[in-house]
Amino acid sequence: MSFEVLDAGMLALLQDSGRYGYQHIGVTTGGPMDEHAFFWANRLLGNATNAAQIEINIGRLGLLAHADTYIALTGADLGARINGKEVTPWRTFQIQRGDRIEFGMPVAGLRAYIAVAGGLKPATKLGSCATVVREGLGGLDGRGQKLAKGDRLEFDRSELQSGASLPPQEIPDYQKVLSLGVIPCYQYQHFSPSERMTFFSGTYEVSQRIDRMGYRLTGDPIHSDLDGIISEGIAYGAIQVPSDGQPIVLMKDRQTIGGYPKIGCLSALDAGQLAQRGPGALVRFYLSDVADAEAQRAIFNHKLKTGNRLLAN
Amino acid sequence: MKIEAVNENTCIVYFGDRITDDNAGLVKQAAEAIRQDMADVVTDLVPSYTSVLVCYDAVKMDRFGIATRLRQTLTRSERESQMDDASTTIELPVYYDPEVGLDLDDVCKYAGLGRDDVVRIHSEQTYRVYAIGFSPGFAYLGITDQRIALPRKATPRQKVPTGSVGIAGSQTAIYPSSTPGGWQIIGRTPKKMIDWDSESLALVAVGDRVQFRSIDRQEYIDLGGNFDEL
Repeated sequence: MSFEVLDAGMLALLQDSGRYGYQHIGVTTGGPMDEHAFFWANRLLGNATNAAQIEINIGRLGLLAHADTYIALTGADLGARINGKEVTPWRTFQIQRGDRIEFGMPVAGLRAYIAVAGGLKPATKLGSCATVVREGLGGLDGRGQKLAKGDRLEFDRSELQSGASLPPQEIPDYQKVLSLGVIPCYQYQHFSPSERMTFFSGTYEVSQRIDRMGYRLTGDPIHSDLDGIISEGIAYGAIQVPSDGQPIVLMKDRQTIGGYPKIGCLSALDAGQLAQRGPGALVRFYLSDVADAEAQRAIFNHKLKTGNRLLAN
Repeated sequence: MKIEAVNENTCIVYFGDRITDDNAGLVKQAAEAIRQDMADVVTDLVPSYTSVLVCYDAVKMDRFGIATRLRQTLTRSERESQMDDASTTIELPVYYDPEVGLDLDDVCKYAGLGRDDVVRIHSEQTYRVYAIGFSPGFAYLGITDQRIALPRKATPRQKVPTGSVGIAGSQTAIYPSSTPGGWQIIGRTPKKMIDWDSESLALVAVGDRVQFRSIDRQEYIDLGGNFDEL
C-alpha cells in the first residue's frame, strides 16, 4: 500500500517532528517548518503526534494512490487538486486506489503538509525520518534525499470513522502582515534602547534568501555593541544579527552553534508562521516574554489534545 | 554559573565569558551531569566553549522547574568533580604532507619554518575540544601555537575533503565530511570522525582532549586513508 510520486515538485520532504538528542555532535533537528500545520494534520486523522508526513515546500507535487486510505491536508494553499478537482486544506479526504493528488503553485502560504492515516513508513536515521538534505540524513531511505519521481511511500491500512476539518478560527491567514513576539534573551542587553526601538518600530521584509536553515529579513539595520560572540548553541527561532544589521531568523535546519549576536528568540509557533511567508511578505516584531510563549504553547497543546470538540464536519 | 531562558522549551547555562581550558572543563562536566540526571526532561543539549544550551520537554516542566533542576544537578556535579578530572584523550593519526595538506606550504611560509617544524608544533601539544558544530562531528580544538596560527583563507574552498585537518587562527579542526570550508589544510587523518553506524556516532565529545600523531604515507594507507576528493 503506497503512494507513488509522479511529479517530485521543487522540494517535497518527508518530515516527522524532528531528530532530537544529537545536537551535541552537531546534528540539527530538522522537522516541520510549521508545527501548527504539521501537528493538526496528524490530529485530524487521529495519528500519533510524531507520524511522518510530506512537507511540500514552495509548490508542485504529484502523487498516485495505489491503495485506499485517508489523508489530511494542512498548511499552505498550494492549489491542491484530487483527480483534477480543486480542494482546500485543513480537512481530511477519502482517497481511493487510482486517485491522483496534485499540487500547484502557492495561493496562500509556502509550505503544505499531507498526512496519511496511520502515518507514512519511511526508514529512520538516528530515530527520525526528518529530511535534512545538507546533512544527508532522513528521507525515504535515510540518506537525506528529497522526494523523487518514482518513489514509493508506504503506509498501512487504516480505518477512519469520519472525516474532520479544522474550525475556521483555528486556521491562520498567511497573507496578513505578520506580528511576531520576541523573547528578549541571548545578547538582547547588548542592543541599546535606540537600536531596540528601531527593531520594534520597523517593518521588515522577507528577502529572497530564505530556506529551511534561516530567514533573512531586510529593513532598518540594527547593531549591537559586540563584534561577535563566543559561539553558542542556537535555539529554533533565534534572531541573529550579523554586522550588516539585517536580522536572520534561524529555522529547523539551522546549524547547532553560531557566533553572531542575537537580539532574541521567537516561540516555535511564531517561527512556524514566519515559515509560511515568502519573499516580499511584511513582518513586524513586538516585545514578548517566555511566559507568553509558554502560555501560547500550552493553549495550542490543549486544543490539540481536546481536538474532538473542535473538529467539525 | 548563570541560567537564562531562551524560549518556551530552551534555556542556556553560561559558565564564563572567556575561552579557557577551565571553562571547557566545566562545560564538559555540566553536559555529562545533565545527560545523566535529567534525561527525563531534557530533549537536547548543545555544549559549546563557555555555555550549554538545554532543550527540554515543556509539557513536563516550565522555565522555573528546569532552572531549579539544573541548579541542583550542576551544584552536585561541581562538588563531586573536585576529585577527578577524567578527561579522555583521543589520539588522531595525521598524514601531514602537501599531497593531502593542501595549505601546508602556506602555513610554513606564514610561520617562516620548515615542514618538520610545523608538523612538530602542531602535533606535540594536546588540544581541548571546545565545541562541535558547523556540520555533524566538526570539532573545534584549541589552542593552536601562535607560530602556526594562520587565519582562515580569504576565499573558502567549495569542497574540503573528508578527514582534512585544518588551522584557522587559534583553532584547529578535522572535517568529518566533505563540505565547503576556509580552514588552512595541513594534513589528513584516516580516522572516521563521524560514523552513523557506530554507537557513539562521533569520535570526540566536547571537553575531550586530542593528541595528533604524525604518520607517514604507508601508515596512512594501512589505516584506511585515501586520496579521494582532491
